[in-house]
Amino acid sequence: MSKNTHKAISLISGGLDSMLSTQLLLDQGVHVEGINFFTGFCVEGHTHAIRKKDKKKEKRNNALWVAEQLGIKLHIIDVIEEYKSVLLNPVHGYGQNMNPCLDCKGFMVRKALEWIKENDFDFIITGEVMGQRPMSQRRDTMPVIARESGAGDLLLRPLCAKHLPETYPEQQGWVDREKLLSFHGRSRKPQMALAEEMGFKDYSQPAGGCCFLTDANYSAKLVDLWKARGNREYSLDDIILLKVGRHIRPKPSFKLIVAREEGESRFLHGYRYRYKSLTTISHAGPVVLIIGELDAEDLVLAAQITARFSQGRDDSEVTLQLEDSENKKQSVTVVPIKADKVLPEWYV
Amino acid sequence: MCDDMNDSGKELDARNLLCPLPVIRTQDFVKNLESGDEFVVRCTDPGAKSDIPSWCRINGHKVIDIQQSEYEVLIKIQVVK
Repeated sequence: MSKNTHKAISLISGGLDSMLSTQLLLDQGVHVEGINFFTGFCVEGHTHAIRKKDKKKEKRNNALWVAEQLGIKLHIIDVIEEYKSVLLNPVHGYGQNMNPCLDCKGFMVRKALEWIKENDFDFIITGEVMGQRPMSQRRDTMPVIARESGAGDLLLRPLCAKHLPETYPEQQGWVDREKLLSFHGRSRKPQMALAEEMGFKDYSQPAGGCCFLTDANYSAKLVDLWKARGNREYSLDDIILLKVGRHIRPKPSFKLIVAREEGESRFLHGYRYRYKSLTTISHAGPVVLIIGELDAEDLVLAAQITARFSQGRDDSEVTLQLEDSENKKQSVTVVPIKADKVLPEWYV
Repeated sequence: MCDDMNDSGKELDARNLLCPLPVIRTQDFVKNLESGDEFVVRCTDPGAKSDIPSWCRINGHKVIDIQQSEYEVLIKIQVVK
């Protein structure tokens, strides 16, 4: 890198837009490195590793993969704890689900700003496209991100820069504004055409973005967790478990997480030292975690539901093993609950 | 398994962590090592088998060996700074 080369950090999600915006700057001779923030809710994270049915899919972290395609370094930053205040108290509220997109983007740009100050970089770029997302990528909200993050004119959005005022890197001639773009709106065609032009054939375009909080089912489970707990605290384990299995709450006091296949059973098995678990002994069946408090009657109900999801669902009785978090085991034999007795409203 | 893999004695336990946490732990572990140091990362997330080598490639570190059993992936890395 020559002495006069300026340095940018690029927010890399693993999707196409940040890949393209980074390549635009690389093409201008700017030294770019990537930064990726792990909130715990990232789709890029753990889900691929859990389900066995996904085994045929290549297990890769797309942010790393994108960085490798671009030939840049990537810094992955754990922001799980700091992110809690963003999720719990978003100044700008939530989107359609539990997604605090505007606050989230502001938070990430602020973290990137801290990073460039610590690492002697000059400015920040993102893959944002004006009008593409209903909350954080609008003409009126994009300046809010620049302002509230503190980044101001050190924040450059190469894909839609021509719709926005000149930034400091452009004013200083570090970046040629004429070579930046004016993408706008929800259509992905311009990005796909540019990808082809740049020679990118394989890229990720997750529907709904890169965050589980935009997913209605996931958000419902998160709200249910908080309601049952009586507060809005959460741990990384809590939010990972929301991605796994069927969640069934027969009573407010407890919930069952029922593995849907072998990969999930194996994954939930790893949590048996933290939660009570049920497994069928007499028949093949899923691992079931019990989250909450049960009395003797509840335990029978939990066992009956577990039996319903086992190979013994149509038999007269099923024997199960209940294991608590201290590895104490007891055997329980129950009649599987009938299918129509598993009420739809129990499913979270 | 793989007891002979780690002759350096330095080991990072990234078991029961899911991607990208094994990569983040590896990244943080490397910050405190010198160029030429070797260590083994022990993971249970099968995704680590592609992600950690990918992280090593983009940051210039050398993957010396990868071994996988049914439950664990062990990756031996040499730090290059």
